[in-house]
Amino acid sequence: MDVRLSDEQRALRDAAAAVVTKLGPGSVADLDDKSRAQRLDAAIDAAGWRDLRAAEDDGSPLASAVEVALVAEELARGPADAAYLGPLLAAELRRLTGSPAADIPETLAMSRDLAGLASASEPAIAIDAAGAQRALLLGSDVSDARLITVVAVPLATVATDAVDLTRRAVALDPADGETEQVGRVAGEDLVRFAALGLAVASADLVGLMRGAIDLACEYAATRKQYDLAVGSFQAVQHLLADAYVAMEGSRSAALHAAWAVDALAPADALAAAASAKAYCARAARSACESSIQVHGGIGNTWECKAHLYLRRALVSSELFGGVGISLQRVLDHELGATSGLR
Amino acid sequence: MDFGDSPAEAEFRTRLRTWLVDNTPDLPASSTSDDYWAGQADWHRSLYAAGFFGLSWPKEIGGQELPTTCDVILDDELAAAGAPPRPSLGYLVQGIWHHGNEDIRRRLLPGIVDGSERWCQGFSEPDAGSDLASLRTTAVRDGDDYVLNGHKVWTSYSDAADWCLVLARTDSTVPKHKGISAFRVPMHQPGVQQRPLKMINGVTREFGEVHFDNARASAADMIGEPGEGWRLAMTVVSHEREPGELGYVARYRKSVKQLAERVAETPDGFRSDQLEQLAWAMVESQMLRSHVCRRLSDRLDGITHGPEGSVDKLLMTQVEQTVGHAALALGGGEDTWLELYLYSRAQSVMGGTAQIQRNLVATRILGLPTS
Repeated sequence: MDVRLSDEQRALRDAAAAVVTKLGPGSVADLDDKSRAQRLDAAIDAAGWRDLRAAEDDGSPLASAVEVALVAEELARGPADAAYLGPLLAAELRRLTGSPAADIPETLAMSRDLAGLASASEPAIAIDAAGAQRALLLGSDVSDARLITVVAVPLATVATDAVDLTRRAVALDPADGETEQVGRVAGEDLVRFAALGLAVASADLVGLMRGAIDLACEYAATRKQYDLAVGSFQAVQHLLADAYVAMEGSRSAALHAAWAVDALAPADALAAAASAKAYCARAARSACESSIQVHGGIGNTWECKAHLYLRRALVSSELFGGVGISLQRVLDHELGATSGLR
Repeated sequence: MDFGDSPAEAEFRTRLRTWLVDNTPDLPASSTSDDYWAGQADWHRSLYAAGFFGLSWPKEIGGQELPTTCDVILDDELAAAGAPPRPSLGYLVQGIWHHGNEDIRRRLLPGIVDGSERWCQGFSEPDAGSDLASLRTTAVRDGDDYVLNGHKVWTSYSDAADWCLVLARTDSTVPKHKGISAFRVPMHQPGVQQRPLKMINGVTREFGEVHFDNARASAADMIGEPGEGWRLAMTVVSHEREPGELGYVARYRKSVKQLAERVAETPDGFRSDQLEQLAWAMVESQMLRSHVCRRLSDRLDGITHGPEGSVDKLLMTQVEQTVGHAALALGGGEDTWLELYLYSRAQSVMGGTAQIQRNLVATRILGLPTS
């Protein structure tokens, strides 16, 4: 047992941090700077981070879920307005089906509540869809739990009004277009896939918490009332201290979940990921709300960056199952699927 | 980055698990009943004799010199076996190890580690709680001894202790942080009177208060230099804030396991709001275990944490009180649920209040301005 990061992992984390610091949106207005956003997208592309779960020759992923999570955390801290989680998970899904890498950019189509991959028989939402031309989802023949079909649908270029202003969402109805069969994935692999989705979303929540807390601390150190920085008042300090402590706990939980994806049996990996997700989701909403609170009136204006983090938190919290579903998964695992929290 | 066991760690885990099958004492949950404290000393000596206590400490003081992360395995297996947690003495050992000279380390530490000598900690006073540096107990040199006068309170285990680690003022002419020295004071002498304090959960053998009325301590038993007491106190309390040092993850996970077993017996007997509280207790105790893995892994590099201890203390407090709330909701856990819940309220006070920890996080870690 040694959960220190390796030198390579530190270098990867630092590289992702450097990219988002340089090219991420510094303000809400920066979201409209298309040239900056394109440079950010190109930098992520060049680094190959969306391909971290693409298959090696032997079918294993290029990198472990820990590396995936380290990048996710740093990008969310920006928050980076470029696709990462969607295309990365689409590549993982292709790897699990044993089919070749995509020839055009892809992401995932999720059920409308974001709690899992969509099935071809229901309206869906493509997540993290910037630049994506196709979305992967499950075939409508989900009756066989051992081997499930994965299909691809073309994506419209019109974005849906999104909760999260940093990641594009596209509504779709698979029945409207042609679906193309990608391959078949084993039920156990889909469980591990959900664990990866939860772990990456948890890391995203940790990163955006850091961003929201840093933003609020900077503001609290400079904003003066009663001739004093508001950050010198204990009431403000305690809000931010609580947010920071919850972020640190979240980081420990998310790191364990990321490790578990590739190290534990699928059911155990899913339980570890669900446990982390519940903790991170609750902590993230609270931390982002505190960031807005510390910003006072400014925090409630569109131009203040604080709501970018809260909005992103609301989406990441629901991905692959929100707090309620996650708690149920933890109980089912610990009690042997006998509990009734639904 | 690996949360899993190395081959050596897996072997250690198996050996420990096998030993626990025959050596888990039948004691109630810690801190919930006087019966626990009556049996705790035997448990300490039994754990030590089998080579399962003081895992990461130096061999010269009775430790095993194993990697720091072995304490995670110890806590895992104690909880799984329903055994009591390991004795929470790490902070005393760390304080004496870091500030004591060679003679002090050699004379004092082996008895603490092997459990043959019981210690309590005389820091807080009636008028010196969070503002510990304002303490008034005095120590005045008299030949080869110091003579102590004062009143200590919230002194855990004062009734069972052979020795007390006392902070006393030795110089009142310097700023308050600089005039404090640390001593080992024998509890069994005419100048020392101790009295247990009954806690809100009814336990009488944990908390106490101690009066020093011309009590004597050998000058050779001063720990650190004159005036070094404050720095020693900071070393002790920073380790007292760390769940990895205290071994409390075992305590929380044992309680969660007992609550889960209670639910598993009658799966339909609980409402969803009760189950939700149990689920949060599971989630949070798992988080704390992962967090301790992180902190103890950092120590493999020899990193000692400063203000991060306040983060750990607040996380630990949250977990203990969430488990307490789950116990209250489910009414389970060895039928000591009320005692367990009531005891959890002390966690946000002992070792530095939650309010003080938040102040430290805000100013020392987040860099917010002090008012």
